[in-house]
Amino acid sequence: MQQPAVADNLQPAQIPAGDNVLEVRNLRKHFPIVRGFFRRTVGHVKAVDDINFHVARGETLALVGESGCGKTTTGRCVMRAIEPTGGQVLFRKGDGEEVAITQLDRVTLRSVQRHMGMIFQDPFSSLNPRLTVLEIIGEPFVTRKLIKSRRELEDRVARLLQSVRLDPSYMRRYPHAFSGGQRQRIAIARALALDPDFVVADEPVSALDVSVQAQILSLLRELQADLNLTYLFITHNLSVVEYISDRVAVMYVGQIVELGETAAIFRRPRHPYAEALLSAVPMIETDGSGRRRERIILEGDVADPSNVPAGCTFHPRCPYVQEICRTDAPDLLNLAAPNEHPHYVRCHFADELDLQGVTK
Amino acid sequence: MTEQPALLRVKNLATQFFSQEGVLDAVDGVSFEVRRGEALGIAGESGCGKSVTAQSILRIVPKHGRIVDGEILWQPNPLQPDSAPIDLVKLNDRGQEIRRIRGAEIAMVFQEPMSAFSMVYTIGNQIAEVIRLHQRCSEQEARERTIEILRRVGMPRPEQTIDAYPFALSGGMRQRAMIAMALSCHPALLIADEPTTAVDVTIQAQVLELMKDLQREMGMALIVITHDLAVISELCNRVMIMYLGKDVESAPAKELFTNPRHPYTVGLLRSVPELGEGRTQEIAPIAGTVPNPYQRPAGCSFHPRCPECIPGLCDVQYPPQVEVSKGHRVRCHLYTEE
Repeated sequence: MQQPAVADNLQPAQIPAGDNVLEVRNLRKHFPIVRGFFRRTVGHVKAVDDINFHVARGETLALVGESGCGKTTTGRCVMRAIEPTGGQVLFRKGDGEEVAITQLDRVTLRSVQRHMGMIFQDPFSSLNPRLTVLEIIGEPFVTRKLIKSRRELEDRVARLLQSVRLDPSYMRRYPHAFSGGQRQRIAIARALALDPDFVVADEPVSALDVSVQAQILSLLRELQADLNLTYLFITHNLSVVEYISDRVAVMYVGQIVELGETAAIFRRPRHPYAEALLSAVPMIETDGSGRRRERIILEGDVADPSNVPAGCTFHPRCPYVQEICRTDAPDLLNLAAPNEHPHYVRCHFADELDLQGVTK
Repeated sequence: MTEQPALLRVKNLATQFFSQEGVLDAVDGVSFEVRRGEALGIAGESGCGKSVTAQSILRIVPKHGRIVDGEILWQPNPLQPDSAPIDLVKLNDRGQEIRRIRGAEIAMVFQEPMSAFSMVYTIGNQIAEVIRLHQRCSEQEARERTIEILRRVGMPRPEQTIDAYPFALSGGMRQRAMIAMALSCHPALLIADEPTTAVDVTIQAQVLELMKDLQREMGMALIVITHDLAVISELCNRVMIMYLGKDVESAPAKELFTNPRHPYTVGLLRSVPELGEGRTQEIAPIAGTVPNPYQRPAGCSFHPRCPECIPGLCDVQYPPQVEVSKGHRVRCHLYTEE
């Protein structure tokens, strides 16, 4: 599968008609910073700045990065839950029809959105405490007038609850009666209610207890296999990325700095930021296995997206920084050989650096 | 490390909360020791009582909570045999003596640096206040010491940041300032409650490295409270695993991670995907969820979720603590009959 690397050589002809559920081209979201009485715009937060990627049917693409890197904004822009500033999002429905989400009017957009689901981080704030589980999960059917009778609605909700391994007899309860893990299952059932092809999962396990995280992760994997779902999985947790995703896009200050097969990046990252992220994760040391590697401690903090450093955005923290990095912004280039899976990296020295991964 | 005398000995600590829903055993008969220069990790899921344990030591248990049983023996100068240990449980929680210990001898780093600092004073002001409260010195001197300690925790440009307000600092900087405040009086014991949970991975690495260095250098003891076993593995010599207020397993860190005994510990270790293990790795979630603490299961409180549960025993009788090997104690019926 090919994917446009650099914005300049992006031509529709280059994109093969593979079965991509989602194609994102030059997506941009700039939030204005307003000041003063007249609410003058004094600058922009470049939350998402020119990103390109695709998600193939049935796969999981993880977006990973630290807070403020734009991963959540990206997730919301592709569903048009917030309006992107620029760029194009193409969505291919299960029947093969392709729609440009970014160009739709409200009515058509709503009909396309039924093919997409969304799971949020905090199941305590994403479920309305005044509605029963039946009302929460059944709401999409009711607001879209898809179901005639109450009996039918209850049947559908019962089946959805079963699919997320919850007892259907719970459907008359309110969210407060459930634990965090159970609530997240309800949120997943709601996301799956309209039988979507594509689900955006925004940190779905970060707010849960350790022992429950594993339950939700394996449920998501089972559902993907059963229903042929495609996930855009947003997280900051690299162990979760490795467990759940086929490919991963590493983001830093609104840009993708590395994109490729998860296994390849974890074995040998090509961007210094990806390397540092991987090495920063604390690991359980079981003695003598020699897994402990040299840890790279990055200096300073994540750059401010409203005041992006010149040149490569990562240069103030990069341990391998050179003169050129301070002035010239690198492009996202494919480094893989023609017969391999594409591996995009945004670094001037990606070819020269020999970076350390975590898997052998 | 050779056998150092114990700095802190907690014996059979029990802290309860009294509310309309009933009595909640937040901490239920927990015992442990911390030696000079040692780092103890307390791990468990939400509601297991790990934070309340820390609050009990400092006697800052929230309203409606009370220590109902046990001893917390504090001996800041264990090398002088004639100095008797102080039982912190017996102190008045608003009295002179506990106030002298808090901050000066036992300090604490909180999870959320934003809510732990007052937002209307500069960080320098707040750190200097701690120093002036515990040590007799002039304002000028306190300021100099504050700059010194800020420099020590790796704060960039400490001469300027000392006059910054907490909101002006980034998450990592705030966490450093928090640590600086805790260290300002050279405590013998530092309690860190989820020190890296609220910060990003790369900042977490910075903070962990800093805490390791500081502990080595200043020779202080450390209690790290976290749900992340990997953080404990990086920092601690000993680990105690808690579940619903009980200390289900405690052992030297290496021993616990290579040879976990309690089914809950085994489950915890297996339920997190591990970095570097690839997509094919098996994760085995623990069935069910942590029960409502007001409705604690009879017998061993873990039995409804336990894969090794022995019916007729585990659901009836609470298992006693068994020492399976030197320093490795576990509360589980699997090891009671040898």
